[in-house]
Amino acid sequence: MKNIAENPRAWIIGLLFSIMAIVLVFRLFNLQVVDDKYKLLADDQAIYRKVIYPARGSIVDRNNNPVLYNNVAFDLMVTPSKVGKGSGMDTMVFCELLGIDSLTFKKEIDKVINKVGRQKVGVFKADISHELNARLQENMYLFSGFELVERSNRSYPKAAGALLLGYLSEVTPGMLQTERFASYRQGDYVGMSGLENVYEEELRGTRGVQYLVRDVMNRPRDSYKDGELDTAAIAGQELELYLDGDLQAYGEKLMSGKMGSAVAIDPQTGGILAMVSAPSFDPNLLTGSEKGRNFSMLSQMATKPLFNYAIQGAYMPGSTFKPITGLVGLDVGAITPAFGYPCGGGYGACGRFIRCTHAGGGHAANLKVALANSCNSYFCDVFRKVVDYSKFGGVHNGLQKWHDYMYNFGFGHPLGVDITGEKGGQIPDSNYFNGVYSKWNSCTMTIIGMGQGEIALTPLQLANSMCLIANEGYYYTPHFVKSIGKNANHPKLAKFKEKHTPMHIAHESYKAVKDGMEMVVTNGTGRVARLDGVAVCGKTGTVENYASVYGKYTKLDNHSVFVCFAPKDTPKIAIAVIVQNAGYGATWAGPVASLMMEKYLTDTVKRKPLQEKMFNANLIKKYTYVLDSMQRQKDKIRWDMKMAGKLEKERMAKVGDTILTQRMIENFYKLKNK
Amino acid sequence: MAKRAKTVLERLDWLTIFLVVVLVLIGIMAVYTSEYTSFSEPFFDMQRSHMKQLMFFGISCIIALIIFYTDSKLFFSLANLSYLLGIVLLLVTFAIGGEVKGSRSFIKMGSFTFQPGEVMKIFTALTLSRFLAAAETNFKTLKDRLKGVAIVMIPCVLIILQNETGLALVYFSFFLPMYREGLPNSIIIVGFSGVALFLSSLLVERMPLFIIITAITVLAIVFLWKQILRQRIMIVVVIGAWLVAVGVSQLFVPFVFKNVFQGYQVERIYSMLGQDVPLEFQKPGQQPGKDSDYNVRQSKIAIGSGGLFGKGIMNGTQTKYSFVPEQHTDFVFCGIGEQFGFIGSTVLVLVYLALMLRIVVIAERQRSVFSRVYAYCVAAILFFHFAINLSMTMGLAPVIGITLPMLSYGGTSLMSFIILIAIMLRLDADRHVIIR
Repeated sequence: MKNIAENPRAWIIGLLFSIMAIVLVFRLFNLQVVDDKYKLLADDQAIYRKVIYPARGSIVDRNNNPVLYNNVAFDLMVTPSKVGKGSGMDTMVFCELLGIDSLTFKKEIDKVINKVGRQKVGVFKADISHELNARLQENMYLFSGFELVERSNRSYPKAAGALLLGYLSEVTPGMLQTERFASYRQGDYVGMSGLENVYEEELRGTRGVQYLVRDVMNRPRDSYKDGELDTAAIAGQELELYLDGDLQAYGEKLMSGKMGSAVAIDPQTGGILAMVSAPSFDPNLLTGSEKGRNFSMLSQMATKPLFNYAIQGAYMPGSTFKPITGLVGLDVGAITPAFGYPCGGGYGACGRFIRCTHAGGGHAANLKVALANSCNSYFCDVFRKVVDYSKFGGVHNGLQKWHDYMYNFGFGHPLGVDITGEKGGQIPDSNYFNGVYSKWNSCTMTIIGMGQGEIALTPLQLANSMCLIANEGYYYTPHFVKSIGKNANHPKLAKFKEKHTPMHIAHESYKAVKDGMEMVVTNGTGRVARLDGVAVCGKTGTVENYASVYGKYTKLDNHSVFVCFAPKDTPKIAIAVIVQNAGYGATWAGPVASLMMEKYLTDTVKRKPLQEKMFNANLIKKYTYVLDSMQRQKDKIRWDMKMAGKLEKERMAKVGDTILTQRMIENFYKLKNK
Repeated sequence: MAKRAKTVLERLDWLTIFLVVVLVLIGIMAVYTSEYTSFSEPFFDMQRSHMKQLMFFGISCIIALIIFYTDSKLFFSLANLSYLLGIVLLLVTFAIGGEVKGSRSFIKMGSFTFQPGEVMKIFTALTLSRFLAAAETNFKTLKDRLKGVAIVMIPCVLIILQNETGLALVYFSFFLPMYREGLPNSIIIVGFSGVALFLSSLLVERMPLFIIITAITVLAIVFLWKQILRQRIMIVVVIGAWLVAVGVSQLFVPFVFKNVFQGYQVERIYSMLGQDVPLEFQKPGQQPGKDSDYNVRQSKIAIGSGGLFGKGIMNGTQTKYSFVPEQHTDFVFCGIGEQFGFIGSTVLVLVYLALMLRIVVIAERQRSVFSRVYAYCVAAILFFHFAINLSMTMGLAPVIGITLPMLSYGGTSLMSFIILIAIMLRLDADRHVIIR
């Protein structure tokens, strides 16, 4: 060892070795301990985050029967940027597997690029067959830009309730921009309408994540860290509905071949038992690979099956409005139950003669009889008495007071039902009349008392108002969902637990109206609704309606309307039915309501011939198609005009610019020449 | 004093052998874990790299044993002959050499490929040692110094011509033993200045660099003015240095980059410096950027993701799933870094340092100059491989194909290192004998 001490260069060399080792260790420390960039990069590269889609929550009806089933479906997703040149993917093999040619392949890829861009994941082919799925699963590692994603797809055993349940579809780019769907990825399925949309958060469940390690070929190999970071998918919560699946299907069958709506509500809870919008369609049409085609087919039909007539259609209620007119009259004190009107076949107090279906015989001797016989004169008079009531001081205030009543009955504004697209109908106030007429008084709108004229209600509002009368003063916001995930006190349902008691109308007033409505069924216009052993209250309605055909104000067939509830004292069901252009209320809407009621209250329908008649009737008038096509033409012309206007505006803006520039140049030279 | 003469095996330096064996075993484990996918694959499968490496190690041990039982004087006497043989082999390679990955440095005999440049390291080490040990050599004279440099540079140039720049650079490590034997300190200074000049001519624009060099020269003249007045030759030296510096930076480096270096080498050098390749050095049809530093990036990701304690044996996601190219040859260290983290990597670095320092100790205890120089050659070659390989896997040096001694997969590399060390151990066993 003494040599080492003697020769300093040996030390220098040793020092050189040591310094290099220290430099390397320092570098290692920097790479491995200080900088965690590389760890993230490694995870990014080698760890494949597989999203596990949970089963979507199921939906059951009040009898715990499923209204829909979940099916597992597979979507073939693609990231376009990973597919192009240099990906090493054999497109030919892929196309062969899928049974498409390379042209279709390119077209589909372009479609995805147009939809989501190159870097994001889009649906290449939705809902592929099980056989194809099995074949693809084996070879998936060959096609690095592609992945198979499991989805749950709905199917509907009863093929009923399409509009209220809603449908599922891929989330649209527009929706992704909104806060509500911020956590969704392109290609995720989302409830587009109805209950599926409103209860999306509850139904979708929580997505799980599985971390897999992948190799340089992008093949997932093992679970990462033995799955300790994985989170399981939590299935969506089950919705329990008030809906009676059988009643819904039965109602849709009764309403087949008709346009209109039937809404049945349990007055004691506000739970909707059935909501038929006719024409209805099989919800199974909006699942699976034919969804897009079916959707456009439905949207082009003249009868507008995608339009929910129950909550979006607004109708004049006609005579079914008379109980409400009567109630308001009683409550403000304009009339008493004993009030009678000497109707001689019409109402002529306002100059124009309003015909009544009955003449003489004391058919409007008191409120009860007037309701039973549906006397027009009586309720026109009552309405005028209300708005002109001296206590209010003038028709303006009187109408405003009446408007408040209407609001409290749930008219003129959306009720807040738990499906999408609800409309509010229309209740005019004095502003409305000020706008339309320079001078107006109670005569201007007297027919509102009999449910004609400037008012429009949705069938749901009509049914809800029946609940209010049946309950004698209160209602619950109509809704479908009884419990979410077996929890009836879910915060989202809190607003439906609230009892609305908007008015304090005396019991006697309700009793008088209810007696009248009972008499409608026992010996009035609505005898078709009589049920053995059940005290049914009802009211028929036959609504005049008009349309502008080729610029001519044309009267169409009357809407057939019927409202009812039963039993009289402990109401279990309230129904409102509207059949468009069908005729008398008692002929079509009455039987539909009555049969539904019978079905619900007694479980069996004894009146088979009536039922058969309803099943088989086709009441969709030919002019429906004409009107629809005219409307579409009108819409198109309106659209074209709007676009033309827009173009014109742009052109004018450009011309304006030119003129402005010219003026500036002129000014410039003027100044220069000075 | 009838002390029994110790056998050769007893006289060997077992510490060195222990360190070498440890490194080889780490290497086999690294090769195994970087290929391991599941336990279902049999361990004893001769088709798999770790078993091949084990086999190479076995062969190397046999060769080492043969070396241990050879007379130590044989290496001295065969040194020059082997050097000549090596040169002939290198020349022959030009004629019959097969091309592997763009370099024509291999001789193919059936499935067996042989790289003369690799073995030539041993021959050069022996010859250099013999030359420096010779009584007639006076390493203080310029003539003998040039002779020493020539011994080293002849194979180096030949190998560069074979497109194996990485391997050729190893021959520069022979300057270390020459330094030990008396190459002046100024060589080190000039060497460092040269490197500094080289780097600055890559990083700084030509014109500013010219101005800087000229400014430094003017400053030197100002500071050295008194000395220049005393020794007129000084001004010539300074002006000469200025001329050389300007010549290198303005002419030589651009020339080398344009005409000598391969496109990938230019790219690697620049990517190490964190720069894009300037337009003038880009080869026609060459795609700038991206793929050139893929290896280094993957290697850094693999090592960096190891963290302090590593991901644990067999848990390296990057190496296990082949993200790092050449991960059991040149980039074998990635597997260690990823699986055993900073702690494991540091231990490995320390094992290498221990081995190299031990060889320095061995070198200094030799009686004969031949053995000492040879041991330094071994230490220098080891050091060069160790420093450059680890630096390149960590992104500190350009990627030149240099293996990690004893660890990297590959028969030629493993065997040449074992032979190199075995010869040194054999000489060390006779350290009290003057070998000549």
